[in-house]
Amino acid sequence: MAFTATKDASGVYVVRVEGQLIVGNRQELKTAVSEALDHGERRFVIDFSRTGYIDSSGLGALVSISKKVREQDGELRLSGLNEDLRSLFELTKLDTLFAISDTAERAVAGFAG
Amino acid sequence: MTAPLPASLQLCVRRRRIPGPSGATVELSLRVPSDVACIEEVVDLLMRHCCTDGWLCRKLRFNLRVALAEALANAIVAGNLEDRSKSVLVQAQVCGDHLRVEVTDEGTGFDPARISAPILPEELDRDCGRGLFLIRSLVDDVRFNDRGNSICMTLRRP
Repeated sequence: MAFTATKDASGVYVVRVEGQLIVGNRQELKTAVSEALDHGERRFVIDFSRTGYIDSSGLGALVSISKKVREQDGELRLSGLNEDLRSLFELTKLDTLFAISDTAERAVAGFAG
Repeated sequence: MTAPLPASLQLCVRRRRIPGPSGATVELSLRVPSDVACIEEVVDLLMRHCCTDGWLCRKLRFNLRVALAEALANAIVAGNLEDRSKSVLVQAQVCGDHLRVEVTDEGTGFDPARISAPILPEELDRDCGRGLFLIRSLVDDVRFNDRGNSICMTLRRP
């Protein structure tokens, strides 16, 4: 997995995941978001438009990240899930836990203010 | 003291035709080191040898990939505790309209009945426990041996 993190003009921290989010690399994403939280970021989008696969460990990492962001009074949104990945979120009911948008732009626009 | 080198993948593929309407059979045996970095390569190998000629539609191929990856991750991480001196044995067989894959680790085993999936609203915040649920949801049949260190998954072609 590789990921790029950019701060949107509206102040939203957007992380784009490329490749796979799996047991072997989930910690990298958790660390990246955790460090951003430490630096004061509070609004996050994790974009999966270039992600082929997320395994159960990756899903667990997203749950863990979501908890940590909420504990810091922040907000996390997901975007860009393909049909297969969306089916995994629906199967595990995680589509009810996360705010999911079709694109990163729509996810960013979803933040109030 | 140096860490032991990871074992390499050991693959054995046998193709034979058996009498009767079930047609060609592929039997595959693969010994996998206890390294999560191997999972993607192992899944690719299994898919390449077991799902040739459009044997499965795209959706079922995805389901199979997920089930294989989850079973391997469970075996390597929870079963063998990522101990590089241990390996995971994968045995697959394609016969007629079904594919059966058995994944066996060298761990002490577990009781699958005690693993619950965090799908209730009050449990969604749990960050683990979804792997076995995904496997059970995506393949047609799942069985364990008595010791609980071997999972057998069957996927049937519609």
